[in-house]
Amino acid sequence: MNIFLGLAETVLREGLIYGIMAMGVYITYKILNFPDLSVDGTFPLGACVAAAAITGGINPWIACLLALAAGAAAGCVTGLLHVKAHITDLLSGILVMTAMWSVNLIITGGTAIKQFFNMPTIFNGALLQSLPEGVYKHRQLIVIFLIALAVKLVLDWYLATKSGLLLRAAGNNEQYVTGLGRDPGTMKIIGLAIGNACTALAGCVLAQLNENADINSGKGMVVMALASVIIGIALFKRVPKLKFVTMAVLGSIVYKACLMAALQLGLPNSYLKLLMAVLLTVAIVSERLGGKKGGAHHG
Amino acid sequence: MANTAAPLVELKNIDLTFNPGTVNETCLFRDFNFRVDRGEFVSVVGSNGSGKTSMLNLICGTLNPESGHILLDGKDITKMPEFKRSQRIGRVFQNPAKGTCPDLTILENLSLADNKGKAYGLSRGVNQAKKEEYRTLLSQLHMGLEDKLDVAVGSLSGGQRQALALLIATMTPIDLLILDEHTAALDPKSSETVMDLTLKTIEEKNLTALMVTHNLRFATDYGTRIVMMHEGRAHLDSYGRDKSEFDVDYLLKEFTEISIELGN
Ligand SMILES: Nc1ncnc2c1ncn2[C@@H]1O[C@H](COP(=O)(O)OP(=O)(O)OP(=O)(O)O)[C@@H](O)[C@H]1O
Ligand SMILES: [Mg+2]
Repeated sequence: MNIFLGLAETVLREGLIYGIMAMGVYITYKILNFPDLSVDGTFPLGACVAAAAITGGINPWIACLLALAAGAAAGCVTGLLHVKAHITDLLSGILVMTAMWSVNLIITGGTAIKQFFNMPTIFNGALLQSLPEGVYKHRQLIVIFLIALAVKLVLDWYLATKSGLLLRAAGNNEQYVTGLGRDPGTMKIIGLAIGNACTALAGCVLAQLNENADINSGKGMVVMALASVIIGIALFKRVPKLKFVTMAVLGSIVYKACLMAALQLGLPNSYLKLLMAVLLTVAIVSERLGGKKGGAHHG
Repeated sequence: MANTAAPLVELKNIDLTFNPGTVNETCLFRDFNFRVDRGEFVSVVGSNGSGKTSMLNLICGTLNPESGHILLDGKDITKMPEFKRSQRIGRVFQNPAKGTCPDLTILENLSLADNKGKAYGLSRGVNQAKKEEYRTLLSQLHMGLEDKLDVAVGSLSGGQRQALALLIATMTPIDLLILDEHTAALDPKSSETVMDLTLKTIEEKNLTALMVTHNLRFATDYGTRIVMMHEGRAHLDSYGRDKSEFDVDYLLKEFTEISIELGN
């Protein structure tokens, strides 16, 4: 039973971390219809920024803000390549993803894994130390939950603003936005900035959890995020009043649970990425067969 | 006559070629000139491919001419991007899906449209206090939409969506209303409803309108000026003449002559 609870906590922890990314990808993929591959590069970008900032003596929470900003900047580049240079959505993402490899190495000073063991992180602040023993055990899950909740609330709030409404319109009908006297391209860039800011934040939180930044940690992020969003919406779209952003996080947790179950059932680690690809394929195909597009609008 | 009126839109010496330098090169406009005066309701008719939509696209900025100038209210807008021109232009398309956001609710669509010309910032997107106002507005369409504020626009019928699109296009003050076969996808009854609504809106808001239609009766009944396009030219134009000469029979006769010309 204790083993099971331990596994459940791991699933929740990871599901929530990757859920932060899934919420961002919901915006690019579901709202803007933009399959954004730059995510594979901006996830480790957040991790590298965290490592560089923390080893440089910067407060770990400020490091999170820096990761958000770095991710947003990278997302803007993807958007500019697509909107201003008229490069296809897929290729714009690939270009940024490729460029991020070098950017990340430059940030870490050339090492593929930058460690920062026993340095201050968001998981070992003074406030957390003062928690009672029983709660302290779960501090990682608590911090991650609070960050994911904050991201969810901010995204929910943003999507209900005029700018957020215009963003949803841009993904729905560009001509409509043009008719309102606004540039739909600008809204795409904003959406990509938000998506990649969330992704970099997820990378930053994971790096602080592991106390190291791994340049390779971005492999498969697109697949994971898309699967989470699609699974989340497919499973939870009938739940009344549930926001799509929340469905994305829940999808991420379910997805992580599937991977964990497979590993526990004896699937060798090397098969993991294969399983991830299969899961996304199944999710997309069953979404098609399910008929309804069910997603682009916001609950 | 209208000759002394101020021009709202002017197309001057427009050249437009599609796919220049390729085997598919097609020259549509050569030294094309056209003007619309303030207060006019221009009906544009003409065969498929005669350049009606392209002319509207030039005015709206969806297409850019190779050479020539486009003026709106005396101001050269040739280089202005489409979205900026939209500030003063409202447009309704043949396809009802183009004028609304299908996944957004009626309330959300109206809230966005109501804000046109102002900043789309971080204040609340939907103003609940305006619901009553929108309901009144919708009830004037007589389509029962006032009870469907929270329904996604995608689930409305084509006629309902087109009426909504017209409402949206004219919600904030504009100089020019552009209608491209905006009743073509509707059944006869809905076409009449939307056409009446169009006229009412234009009269109430004192709009200048440019309407493309294949319905010759709509063109002659509603327009204050009739233009027939043919191969990138204004083949007929009642500008400065008695509109009553340009009745359905006359237009049909001209159509037939053009078709025979093409057949030979
Ligand atoms: N984007 C484009 N690329 C190539 N050719 C085009 C393009 N747009 C229009 N054309 C050509 O220009 C000509 C005029 O097209 P346009 O759409 O203006 O006609 P129209 O008068 O609106 O016709 P319809 O009554 O069928 O709507 C046609 O021969 C068309 O093939
Ligand atoms: Mg046309």
